[in-house]
Amino acid sequence: MAVVTSGDVRGPIELGLRGQKRDVRGLMLRFGLLGTLLLALAVLLTLLATTLVEAWPVLSERGLDFVMENTSSLASRTGVRQGLVGSLVLTGFVAVIALPIGVAAAIYLQEYARDTRLNRILISNIRNLAGVPSVVYGILGLVVFVKALRSVTGPDSYGRSYFSGGLTLAVLVMPIVILITMEALRAVPKSIREGAYGVGATRWEVVRSHVLPYAAPGVFTGAILALARAFGETAPLLLVGAVTGYLNTPGRDLLEMLRGPYTALPTQVYAWAKLPGEDWQANTAAAIIVLLVGILAVNFIAILLRNRYARKW
Amino acid sequence: MHVEGSSAVAATSDESKGMLRLDVLKDRPDGTPEGILETVFDIQDVSVYYGDFRAVRNVTLPILRNQITALIGPSGCGKTTLLRCLNRMNDLIEGVRVEGKLLYHGVDLYDPQVDPVEVRRRIGMVFQKPNPFPKSIFDNIAFGPKIAGFRGNMADLVEESLTRAALWDEVKDKLKESGLALSGGQQQRLCIARAIATRPDVILMDEPCSSLDPIATQRIEDLMHDLVSDYSIVIVTHNMQQAARVSDRTAFLTVEVHEETGHRTGTLVEYDLTETIFTNPSHKRTEDYVTGRFG
Repeated sequence: MAVVTSGDVRGPIELGLRGQKRDVRGLMLRFGLLGTLLLALAVLLTLLATTLVEAWPVLSERGLDFVMENTSSLASRTGVRQGLVGSLVLTGFVAVIALPIGVAAAIYLQEYARDTRLNRILISNIRNLAGVPSVVYGILGLVVFVKALRSVTGPDSYGRSYFSGGLTLAVLVMPIVILITMEALRAVPKSIREGAYGVGATRWEVVRSHVLPYAAPGVFTGAILALARAFGETAPLLLVGAVTGYLNTPGRDLLEMLRGPYTALPTQVYAWAKLPGEDWQANTAAAIIVLLVGILAVNFIAILLRNRYARKW
Repeated sequence: MHVEGSSAVAATSDESKGMLRLDVLKDRPDGTPEGILETVFDIQDVSVYYGDFRAVRNVTLPILRNQITALIGPSGCGKTTLLRCLNRMNDLIEGVRVEGKLLYHGVDLYDPQVDPVEVRRRIGMVFQKPNPFPKSIFDNIAFGPKIAGFRGNMADLVEESLTRAALWDEVKDKLKESGLALSGGQQQRLCIARAIATRPDVILMDEPCSSLDPIATQRIEDLMHDLVSDYSIVIVTHNMQQAARVSDRTAFLTVEVHEETGHRTGTLVEYDLTETIFTNPSHKRTEDYVTGRFG
């Protein structure tokens, strides 16, 4: 039996398969999407470029000196050291307080709590809290940490201390930590949990040995966002009394220092931006650059941690 | 490791045997006398509810020790639901309620004093889709014994379990590699090795071969024949040929649709020696199903 391909059919089929139509809508969508991406990048780059241009005199002339110098009322001698240190301490507060409590709360809500109406209300409220403007948390911090808990947060500094600022920021980012951690836990496949339960693991053993390691990269993403947010937050700190000028920190022990007055980089930026004169504008721009580098550094460290954990198993 | 003295087990099961419907406990074709048959599970008038919805209705079924029991039936007949009651896996789903008695060696599994974690250590499970942990092959096996407080030589136990699951030769040089790097059939044998590493009494298998190719399926089936001398196996399968090939006894469940509400409830039609179910079933519905006219 001879097997042949019919020449009559080949032509039309070939034409059909090659497809003459150009996918115009698809192309438009593609370029449209690319355009939005470029637009977003352009805004970011413009911001960065103008700030860099403004900051350049200060950064090029003073360099590290600007980073290492304390705040001063003289534009030519001021620096961001105190602000930077303050921001790092505040970020540390967030890392120590908000991350463990937030992650623990998320584990409870996602793994242990039953699906009751009360819990659903609780979760949707946490969602709402994540969207509350930060200045509202500033008012909360002012009322609770600065005024009500003054004897704890800073008896000698009228409550305007690292404690008040740090706790305010911790409360501010906690809903974000909870939500992102819950999302990461939810994404752990059911089959892994079942496998672990199937060999006789308790709920805690399932969570500790399987769910948490699997969710760790996602949890770290939440931590990154939370820390970066805390590092750059300004409004609530102004309300809970961050010092915007020179910070007088007598050499005392750690607890005294944490209960004493504080400052942070974003509030310094805010204060300098209001001062007249080109030299202060340049200082403001330079401080913004330091702030951005700081946020990038926080992110970078967190990403390194995330990658290490992701590969651990 | 966990099983209490076998004499105690035998005594309770002797006791419970009196309650069985002995008409389904006919002799095995190889002539093993009836007196030696011993039950692992004694399912008595069990109904399972998801909330108000009844998924399985009034199933009564003895499951015998050191035999392979197959649960077959069309989709939605509740065979998986029933299987997952046997090691209280259904506890993980909110709103599941079990009525009736589900005795394991004479002990009611749903007694409030029974700890589901202990149940699952004795009654292992293999799932429909291979689900090794995203950890090394070694850790996949070692996890169960470790949490059960195993104090012996873990390397030996891992080797023994993998050998038993006919996987050792294929993975002995890569125990540190991820379990997910194995092929589907190897992953499923890894899951079987994981299940037997805790030295369970029973292995429940929920369509263990449904995602495997015929060769991998045959390896798993051969493995089941090897394992049944030490374990009791309950297998849910969609594949009737598989039930016919591997099991000693078969339970056929079907789904009944409620005329008014449209609720679908699974119920047991017939339970007998596999050979009888497939060659000479007593019920028309069983015959229709096994001959392919329905389902």
